[in-house]
Amino acid sequence: MWQVLFESLKDKGFVVMAVALDEPESARSWIESAAPAYPCVIDRNHHVADLYKLVNVPQAVWIDESGLIVRSPETAGATDGFRQMDRQKFTLPEKVMAERQAVKTQYLDAVSDWVHRGPQSIHALNAKRIQNQPSEASNNVAQAHAHFRLAQYLRQLGRDGEAQIHFDEACRLHPDSWAMWRQAAPKDARGLATGEAFWKRVDALGDRPYYAPIDLG
Amino acid sequence: MLTVIHEQRETALPAIEGIEEGLWLDPQAIERATGWSWKPQGMCQADTCIPLPRDGHLVRDGRLDLSGMWAYMGLPVLHDEARKTWVLGSGATQRSQLAPGTPAPDFELPDLSGQMHRLSELRGRKVLLTTWASW
Repeated sequence: MWQVLFESLKDKGFVVMAVALDEPESARSWIESAAPAYPCVIDRNHHVADLYKLVNVPQAVWIDESGLIVRSPETAGATDGFRQMDRQKFTLPEKVMAERQAVKTQYLDAVSDWVHRGPQSIHALNAKRIQNQPSEASNNVAQAHAHFRLAQYLRQLGRDGEAQIHFDEACRLHPDSWAMWRQAAPKDARGLATGEAFWKRVDALGDRPYYAPIDLG
Repeated sequence: MLTVIHEQRETALPAIEGIEEGLWLDPQAIERATGWSWKPQGMCQADTCIPLPRDGHLVRDGRLDLSGMWAYMGLPVLHDEARKTWVLGSGATQRSQLAPGTPAPDFELPDLSGQMHRLSELRGRKVLLTTWASW
């Protein structure tokens, strides 16, 4: 998704840093087949998710030349359209497909506009204050990441049973995180955590979004 | 042996004999395990120092109970007794608000070949920091 954008903007002082919230062995074939010319790092412990309060992928942050945040962490060109999927045939209504494409294009165009215009870009005016989480919720998230970190360590030792206890605790303490849940969940033959349990969790969202929509200004 | 996990670090340290509770480490071990320094003015990272509790209960024989200090700083601590492993987490208080105009938190992670990349190495360019996964 980012390769074409990077190629078209790299001479304008732009770079992508892609963080895989994933196991190296699962990410490998994707990275090797795309062979991007920008840094692709592996974050099996979700350290970047902890630092940037990320709960899903793709989420992105815009950072300027001096290392300051321009747009806070947010959904990067994705929509909730998949929730209208025909769960037998894995197909989406055409209207939804078109909307997905439009949202993605809007996002890529916004990045491009910012790269060309810098602070003058209307998309760079993401001055909305991030709402401070209540401290209890925030502490729970921090605690959840500690459990996730321990779970990943135990899994690496081959102690899956012990790891599961800490995965479960992480998901209980930070129920908004899809990244933790899907990383920990059993995967199908394609490596996807999109079985019955996934759809049950999606349905339980009700009116709440899976990908929070963003305001590009 | 015991293991102390902090962010990307997994540090094996000699077990501490004769102490039942806490994670009592000397200044060198603290620095190795966390990157924080134990100085006269407190626990320090970059230009920030957090003073130790005044009553001195976290210090004994040249060692600091790092688990107690971590909790005192309001950061998450986990102890897995069976694996003699401690996780010293990062907490909400350490995170910036991630608002526009504030510094992007720095980190260093490996690529597939094991080569490390640091976000701040990309200074001077606009960066789209983005996430993905195979799942």
